[in-house]
Amino acid sequence: MAAEAAPAPLSLAAEIARARRRRRAAFLRRLFGHPSFLIGFVILAAFAATALLADRIAPYAPTKIDYRAILAPPSAAHWFGTDGFGRDILSRILHGTRVSLTIGLWVVAMVGVFGTLLGTLASYVRWLDGLIMRGLDGLMAFPGVLLAIALAAALGPSETNAIIALTVTFTPRTARIVRASVLVVQGMQYIEAAHAVGAGHGRIVFRYILANALSPLIVQLTFVFAVSIIAEAILSFLGVGPPPPAPSLGNIIADGRSYIQEAWWIAVFPGIVIAVAVLGLNLMGDGLRDVLDPRQRVERGGH
Amino acid sequence: MTRFLITRILSAVPVLLVVSLVTFLLIWLVPGDISAELGGTDATPEELEAIRRRLGLDRPLWERALAWYGDLFRGDLGYSYLLQRPVLDAVLERLPVTLSLAGLALVLATVMGLMLGILAAVRHNTLADQGAMVTALIGLSIPDFWFGIVLIILFGVWLGWLPTGGFVALTDDPLGWARSMTLPAMTLALTQMGVIARMTRSSMLDVLGQDYVRTARAKGMPRGTVVFRHALRNAMVPIVTVVGVLTGILLSGAVVIETVFSLPGVGRLIVGAIQRRDFPIIQGGLLVTACVFVFVNIIVDMLYGWFDPRVRDGR
Repeated sequence: MAAEAAPAPLSLAAEIARARRRRRAAFLRRLFGHPSFLIGFVILAAFAATALLADRIAPYAPTKIDYRAILAPPSAAHWFGTDGFGRDILSRILHGTRVSLTIGLWVVAMVGVFGTLLGTLASYVRWLDGLIMRGLDGLMAFPGVLLAIALAAALGPSETNAIIALTVTFTPRTARIVRASVLVVQGMQYIEAAHAVGAGHGRIVFRYILANALSPLIVQLTFVFAVSIIAEAILSFLGVGPPPPAPSLGNIIADGRSYIQEAWWIAVFPGIVIAVAVLGLNLMGDGLRDVLDPRQRVERGGH
Repeated sequence: MTRFLITRILSAVPVLLVVSLVTFLLIWLVPGDISAELGGTDATPEELEAIRRRLGLDRPLWERALAWYGDLFRGDLGYSYLLQRPVLDAVLERLPVTLSLAGLALVLATVMGLMLGILAAVRHNTLADQGAMVTALIGLSIPDFWFGIVLIILFGVWLGWLPTGGFVALTDDPLGWARSMTLPAMTLALTQMGVIARMTRSSMLDVLGQDYVRTARAKGMPRGTVVFRHALRNAMVPIVTVVGVLTGILLSGAVVIETVFSLPGVGRLIVGAIQRRDFPIIQGGLLVTACVFVFVNIIVDMLYGWFDPRVRDGR
């Protein structure tokens, strides 16, 4: 192959860049051409927009108490009704989405960092593998979000502590996924080739291994985002999330639970918002998995 | 099979060590003077000093860890000063409610999920398939504790068919027990059956495309026999894995749902303890639930070996 006339290095670099751009465009076309991803993306964008613009679009201040409108049912003045203090539910929900989104994004970022770090260390450094994996197995032995609930209870109710608790809870599974995909990539011939030409460990890990093991991580992080929105709501509902009176989707539902006999709207509306946001993320994750992980396409291929 | 079983049980030992270590460290994360929290507001300085000495707060962390493990081996999970009783007694007393709720939900979710998944696979690429998968996806996206509240409003408050909460013991009144468990179990089952439905569908699609299925059909075997006898049995291994994962979600779900429906299980105990900041109970509840989950996972792996001989032979 080397016998072919080598083009001038400059034009080769330009050729590579052009090929890369083409591939990226084709990838984005495939991604946004996938109906699940597209619908999920639109939902998430709408959710993010309401969170960012909560101050501007909320008709009332989220903590404004109005004793003339206590437990008012949905109406033109209060679309989603009011709670036991006469606070506007719609405004509280809009501000609550901000808490969900902030916590979700932080958890995704932290889980991404720690998951990648632990997963790569476990697969790359032989003697650490057993130690890390047993530790992760131990953390995964706590069912569901129970560990997060206990951690948040110990650390105390705050936004930061909720993020820490959820990160510890969701990192193990992500780290295992990273480890598994790094192990596959490590066995590839091009990694051997990189070692052979004397590439350093840092370059091999970052440029070759992680870059090629990224797909399952991205898919997984989309689902982590989805579950952390639900988990945040659970923490807030149980009183170990971000503390009231600042609204979060979970603590509005907790307020509403005391009024199920006379004011269904307090608990019902924030839950619908959570469900729609999580549905959007799940759809995005499904779409990403179909496009990024071709093996899964068997499932849609039929028999 | 015996060897497989022994290896599997031994592999649970390091897991349990990490679980108990994390549980132990929980109390160390609590900011401030924990003895004041544990003793309650009306504890005298002498009582606080006694608590501190009993917990060994004046000793270094590693010594306390050793003492904690020593106690665990003797079956002592600590003492709740607020409930005035040993933690293990309090947790074990509440465990049956949580286990029956999670178990009931697991059976319902598995049956409904299998049916939905088989329907989707057999009617692949039809409206029924898409409908089943949309149902599954929506179930996965709904927060279960909220769905519980919606069901209470619907069936408890508006229609008045079922109680809005509370618990009746099975031994007192079986019908009352069934009525008090219906909504909580359905809440968990309806939100979680989607996981099983999706896995059943993709696993069945895989198997239905195999040659032996085509052969069975070609020799004129009835469709139902092919689907259930040949296909489903071979599709079971991935489904069993999902059921194992689901058990964990249902255990933790049961803990949250108990609060919604006022059921006296481990979850209500833990949540109550969080409000009172009764940390020994939180630790004990967490530890016991995790142990149950580890035990369930061993059973799942045994089922795995039963469905797939390659697993138990270590091939």
